[in-house]
Amino acid sequence: MTGIIQTVRSASKPQHRFRLPKLRLLEQLRHAAEVVVPPLIVLGVLLAVWELACSGAHPALPPPSKVLRDTWDLIVDPTFDHGGTDKGLLWHLLASLKRVGIGFGLASVTGVALGVLIGQSTFAYRGLDPIFQVLRTVPPLAWLPISLAAFQNADPSAIFVIFITAVWPIVLNTAVGVRQIPEDYKNVARVLRLSGPEYFFKITLPASVPYMFTGLRIGVGLSWLAIVAAEMLIGGVGIGFFIWDAWNSSLISEIILALIYVGIVGFLLDRFIGAIGKLVAGRPI
Amino acid sequence: MRGYLTIEQIGMTFQAASGAYQALSDVSLTIAEGEFVAIIGHSGCGKSTLLNIVAGLTKATTGAVLLANQVVDEPGPDRAVVFQNHSLLPWLSAYANVRLAVDKVFRSKPARERDNWTRQNLALVQMQDALHKKPDELSGGMRQRVGIARALAMQPKVLLMDEPFGALDALTRARLQDTVMDIHRTLGNTVIMITHDVDEAVLLADRVVMMTNGPSATIGEICDVRLPRPRRRLDVVDNPDYVRSRKAIMQFLYERHAKQAA
Repeated sequence: MTGIIQTVRSASKPQHRFRLPKLRLLEQLRHAAEVVVPPLIVLGVLLAVWELACSGAHPALPPPSKVLRDTWDLIVDPTFDHGGTDKGLLWHLLASLKRVGIGFGLASVTGVALGVLIGQSTFAYRGLDPIFQVLRTVPPLAWLPISLAAFQNADPSAIFVIFITAVWPIVLNTAVGVRQIPEDYKNVARVLRLSGPEYFFKITLPASVPYMFTGLRIGVGLSWLAIVAAEMLIGGVGIGFFIWDAWNSSLISEIILALIYVGIVGFLLDRFIGAIGKLVAGRPI
Repeated sequence: MRGYLTIEQIGMTFQAASGAYQALSDVSLTIAEGEFVAIIGHSGCGKSTLLNIVAGLTKATTGAVLLANQVVDEPGPDRAVVFQNHSLLPWLSAYANVRLAVDKVFRSKPARERDNWTRQNLALVQMQDALHKKPDELSGGMRQRVGIARALAMQPKVLLMDEPFGALDALTRARLQDTVMDIHRTLGNTVIMITHDVDEAVLLADRVVMMTNGPSATIGEICDVRLPRPRRRLDVVDNPDYVRSRKAIMQFLYERHAKQAA
């Protein structure tokens, strides 16, 4: 039987070799088209509906064609800097990203550490979990006045709001990850007589990494949600303030452009954390 | 027959909310070096508990386990376990799973020797071509092969196997049984294997230990399998000693100690 299979294989091989590259390129193009075409069609339809719905004499919101015309200068030159808060969108986005980077970075370190602690120690779990469960339901902006009072300064307050928003899902998911380590892995560790630190680095951390990154991914999304709201209140450079400023000047087209940018950056942040998670865990999160 | 592993009057009582439950009572067994012992019994008879006590993963309420004249009461690599569900770490490759055990047990050896030893043990279970595959890229049988390699790589005094092939299909199971027989012939390990498969027990073991049903399960009978080695599954089926052993175990399990309808 093997003989027959081998004969068939070798007979079909030469043909295959010549057709393969061309076929694969076509296949890849078709695959790419299958992925790209549907969203493009849906986007086109949505833009057309929007254009039609806002095409009257005095529409409440501008149609996409007007948005594009109004904001063309902002789109083509995202890096101008006329001093103060009159800067290009890139600078606003970068200022917001910097706050999120610091706040989320602090939240990641603290969240993972606290999560491992309450995941491993039943005492810490019993003591801290009820407090966390209450605190995590406090809306991000409710923290802003108290952090302004504590820090007396706008920037650290905004960063604190990011931190306190992002930290809970990281803590709770990490804790679940540590608590769910299967009994089998513990038995393997016991048979091998792994020491405390060995167990932590070889079992606990890798076993809970997917959970950690689930928390980090939720956390970064929440940070981005919170920063826009916080910046609307604290002012200064930042995409949240940009939106608020545009609203005060009745520049609706600029608000719409900023919303699109906020959405895209939020999406990229989510994918970025997901990609790091995949890299660290060696499997998709 | 010199006693290498001695199980002395082991009793195990679990404390549950509904009261104490005596799982095992007065289990005694002496196993010689290089012997292959299969433990068979209905589910819930405490055979896995017994294996866990020998492994040191569970502490017996009464009695003791002696290995080479030393009392064992905690887990260690000298009693490597092949777990029922392979228990490989999913984030490590086949190689890294075995290497973790090798690094821990032979930490004083140079890295090249540990690398060699890891590859050698994976080759022993015919996994040399899938060294860098993760467990979820391997079939159930291959995972169990890696699990066996990891246990063997610890150079245990006793190899403990907890229904290692229970979750595999019949053909895969047969191939793994052949692998285990080959390894046992080459290395001469002392093996305790839990199983619920009569044919598996008779084919592999020198002695088949039959457990009564719980509560207070204990050893009911022991069947000596006097089939010459190496054994080949096609040759043994007609062997009168195989047929006799198989029948004795079947009678024990399904006549004298039949499990009440579940």
